[in-house]
Amino acid sequence: MSEMRRVTAICNGTVIDHIPAGRALQVIKMLRIDTNRSNPVSLVMNVPSDKMGRKDLLKIEDLELNQEELDRLALISPNASVAIIRNYGVAEKRVVELAEELVNVARCTFSNCITQNPREPLPQKLVLYSRDPIEVRCYYCGKRQDLDDIIDNLI
Amino acid sequence: MSDVVTMDDLSNEEILSILDDSERLVAVARGDVHLPLLEGKVLANMFYENSTRTRMSFESAMKRLGGSVLNFSSIGTSVAKGETLFDTMQMVEGYADIAVIRHPQQGAAQYSADAINIPILNAGDGAGNHPTQTMLDLFTIREAHGTLEGLNVVLVGDLRYGRTVHSLSHALTRFGAELTLVSPKTLMMPDEIVNDLRSTGATISESTDLIAAIPDADVIYMTRIQKERFPDEDEYAKVAGIYMLDAKDMGGAKEGMIVMHPLPRVSELHPSLDSTVNARYFQQAFNGVPTRMALLCRSLGVKIPKEVKK
Repeated sequence: MSEMRRVTAICNGTVIDHIPAGRALQVIKMLRIDTNRSNPVSLVMNVPSDKMGRKDLLKIEDLELNQEELDRLALISPNASVAIIRNYGVAEKRVVELAEELVNVARCTFSNCITQNPREPLPQKLVLYSRDPIEVRCYYCGKRQDLDDIIDNLI
Repeated sequence: MSDVVTMDDLSNEEILSILDDSERLVAVARGDVHLPLLEGKVLANMFYENSTRTRMSFESAMKRLGGSVLNFSSIGTSVAKGETLFDTMQMVEGYADIAVIRHPQQGAAQYSADAINIPILNAGDGAGNHPTQTMLDLFTIREAHGTLEGLNVVLVGDLRYGRTVHSLSHALTRFGAELTLVSPKTLMMPDEIVNDLRSTGATISESTDLIAAIPDADVIYMTRIQKERFPDEDEYAKVAGIYMLDAKDMGGAKEGMIVMHPLPRVSELHPSLDSTVNARYFQQAFNGVPTRMALLCRSLGVKIPKEVKK
């Protein structure tokens, strides 16, 4: 059975293909579509893929991912294919690219970091230190986070 | 921008050039030569944490070069009324040409540097960086050994919380020094820092035995176990006074080996050590003046003459 028949086509929204197998739930969390949202989301996990062996796929209705959301997606799934769907057709393909700096994506958790002071008007800024495996460091205090930490500390 | 927040803000060539500048400024730092390079300039000394040497040596450096100093302490000022660091720094930008900041929270110096347009020199942020201390430490080591390359430097004491040793170890390995890290198990250098240092190809060994490290050392860098960094007094009591050096311990040292300490000391350096040829910590404290002079001039874009004469 082809994967595309597992879920129906969507009218408008975003299809994220080629997510590493088993990571779709993390992507949902990363994109903050798991809470306080009414968009229907179809999730396909561990389907066969010529390119990847196994992969996950997400179809999110009535939401077109913006650049900030693509930056978040890139952390988990830097090789994902993102298609914007309008009226059942692919209107645009968007490129996922890991940014060198993540602003207000996840917070630094170091208790003595200047960012812990809620009254200071400063963004949470993490700088990419390693792509594989993912490692970021707080721009201010240098505290490191791996992918699991980032997901736990999402803003 | 001419901020110095971490040692990464300076290339190896810049470090060596600042050390050369500092060397030429020693006579000015001693008050033997009048050289008002910073006349009319104002330094804001922003100290949110206690300091004796760093604050005074910055003040001395600025005044010896003809500049003036605004001293700030967070006690009894608008900070006590809840003013943010951001707001305070906006005010400083209007009052001074350059600012030095010490703050208990890590990242405060970078934040300040981003917030305003005058140069910022980091004088210590939490357990993070203390690059001007590192510069004076490098100056002291080079003064004694003529080079920074290929030396065996033994760092002793609180390697976990001590910002001085974090900055210094990074800088020393950039110049090919070999490090021996001596600390109690609870105060070892954080793994992430050791891994970073090793990833640059540096040779690093770790031990709990100070006496065994003496014969091979070119430099022994002692640090105080910092009571204020311990959340629990019992934990502090377990390690306080664990490493002490006295004059007798110098018997097995190599010729030319120096003992350094960022000061203040508690019990780790016995007064009997003060009169040995190895003791270099008071000279090290003085060296804060010429190196900070050189850093102030660099950040303010003021060139130091190639020859400084009486």
